[in-house]
Amino acid sequence: MVDRLIGRTGRRGSSATDLPREPESPADPTAAVWARVQLARNLHRPRTLELLALIAADFVELHGDRFFGDDPAIVAGLARIDGRRVVVVGQQKGAETDENIRRNFGMPHPEGYRKAMRVMELGERLGLPIVTFVDVPGAHPGADSEERGIAEAIARSIALMTRLRTPIVTVITGEGGSGGALAIAVGDVVLALENAVYSVISPEGCASILWRTPDQAPAAALAMRMTAADQLQLGVVDEVIPEPHNGAHTDHPATAAMVKAAVLRHLDALERRPLDELVEARYRRYRALGAFTTIDVEPAAIPERPGFTDRLRNLLGGATRAATGTGPNPARSYDEPPAREEV
Amino acid sequence: MPIKLPSFRQRRDTYPSDLWTQCPACQEMLFNKQLEKALRVCSNCGHHFRLSAPVRLNLLLDPDSFVEQDPGLQSLDPLGFVDLKAYPDRVAAAQATTGLRDAAVWGLGSIGGRQVVICVMDFSFMGGSMGSVVGEKVARSAEAALDRRVPLVIVSASGGARMQEGTLSLMQLVKTVAATERLRLAGVPLISVMSDPTTGGVFASFAALGDVNLAEPNALIGFAGARVSAGTIQGELPEGFQRSEFLFNHGFVDRVVHRSDLRDELIRLVALMAPEVPDASADNGNIPAFRPLSFLSALAERVIPESGEADRG
Repeated sequence: MVDRLIGRTGRRGSSATDLPREPESPADPTAAVWARVQLARNLHRPRTLELLALIAADFVELHGDRFFGDDPAIVAGLARIDGRRVVVVGQQKGAETDENIRRNFGMPHPEGYRKAMRVMELGERLGLPIVTFVDVPGAHPGADSEERGIAEAIARSIALMTRLRTPIVTVITGEGGSGGALAIAVGDVVLALENAVYSVISPEGCASILWRTPDQAPAAALAMRMTAADQLQLGVVDEVIPEPHNGAHTDHPATAAMVKAAVLRHLDALERRPLDELVEARYRRYRALGAFTTIDVEPAAIPERPGFTDRLRNLLGGATRAATGTGPNPARSYDEPPAREEV
Repeated sequence: MPIKLPSFRQRRDTYPSDLWTQCPACQEMLFNKQLEKALRVCSNCGHHFRLSAPVRLNLLLDPDSFVEQDPGLQSLDPLGFVDLKAYPDRVAAAQATTGLRDAAVWGLGSIGGRQVVICVMDFSFMGGSMGSVVGEKVARSAEAALDRRVPLVIVSASGGARMQEGTLSLMQLVKTVAATERLRLAGVPLISVMSDPTTGGVFASFAALGDVNLAEPNALIGFAGARVSAGTIQGELPEGFQRSEFLFNHGFVDRVVHRSDLRDELIRLVALMAPEVPDASADNGNIPAFRPLSFLSALAERVIPESGEADRG
């Protein structure tokens, strides 16, 4: 989940940004997915602050984690949306280079996540629901970030969100980059904009590890099934919010209106549920994510080299099996259909 | 000019590899039998070699106390993932070479005579990467520890989340941490032992959240790959970056423990931290395995009279 920044430098300068791109390119699935990744990374997509300006009647940003400093890559605060008071946490990239540098290209440091935790806990205490907006290439991978415990901050933020006794609605608005995204993306409901992507590692990082070259990033993007529609199928995302025809960056107000409607609809539903039930359902939601089978075989597990007598016995045993045509072959157990399947 | 005498000694590079292992840190040739005896720690420089899950369990637990749970969990291929090789082929190859079904093993055991739940990861299985099976095993071990109110020990050795299961691997961070968080709230201790390496999504979830975090000396522990940090972020990386001692100095590891002391440390910690159970434990020991059944029979007892009344009514 880590080698995410490889091959990014080209993207930053060469701005694939202003060209309105068609997400649909039916001929080549790899190209279609890659076009979506570019859309998700478009510099002019609405971020947390742009969305809030359009959907919130009031927003007061709160700063600082009370330990170390304030991280401009994460914004957090109190807002009023359609008369409803909420706590908002979101990631913030910049649209221009200056702002992007100030906001560390949207890559949060530990203090960003600790600020997020502080404000989300405030929401819990005040009885306010939490809305998070996720758009991040990944957490900041530098030495200072490691020194201050980026992994610990992410882990603790995830842990906190699994038990907060208040409704949480998460919207993936752009790049859902691995643990850096997940740290503020644990929700009762997880929504994603149509052209958003969500992945365990950046396609560049995945390609450079598994394909041994970052040039295969589009192939990696396809293999990881990182588009919003794929994530919906996998159950990681609960609902996809459609975008205006050429993508969210072409029409902020229309995008914001759709986001607002979806968020309010889910908040309405969540707020009607008792808190105990809500937190238990959230636990169950994540507890159920994963794909594995249970094989009914005791582990054969004798990796040591068999001794001479064993080999002789096997040889004879094998011969009798072959002669009678019966007897289980332990190697076959992998081919048998799964006894139980959980997805 | 001295005359070069013919050497009658065998050349170093002809050491048979099944008898000798070269230490990657100091290049010393180590005789395998002695290396095993030294718990796979280099006698010359103290380099800690990686341990397989079975060896690790033998090292830490009381002899013959381990009872493995869920040995049959096996990963599926939810994405149909193919890179240079198909994911199921990679899993099958790892199973063949390691004899394990996935990168983690969990079960019940005792340390110094006290019950624990233990989950151990194995780096040799696809880099110890955490996919659905590893996540499930960690979560189940935490739930078992909560049920029994006995300490949970997790020994991590992992490069992070498993790419081949995509965001489902990422979701294992939530699954595992949600379960360990319940332990924390219930006052059941989690001891996280980080061995080389503990990085990415495993470090950024349960491994970082131990009530006590132990680390083996000089283990690589970090979030982002050092290559990335060095390559894309300006500035020199500090000496010993992302090593156990670095984390100790920055306050994220309680103790850096040599492998030969690890079992003793765990015995002491478990003794100091284990919840004091009022002596109903004799009666508690076997119940969890039968819980579904007893739950059903309890339900049956409750339902049958009611339906009988309904019939009469």
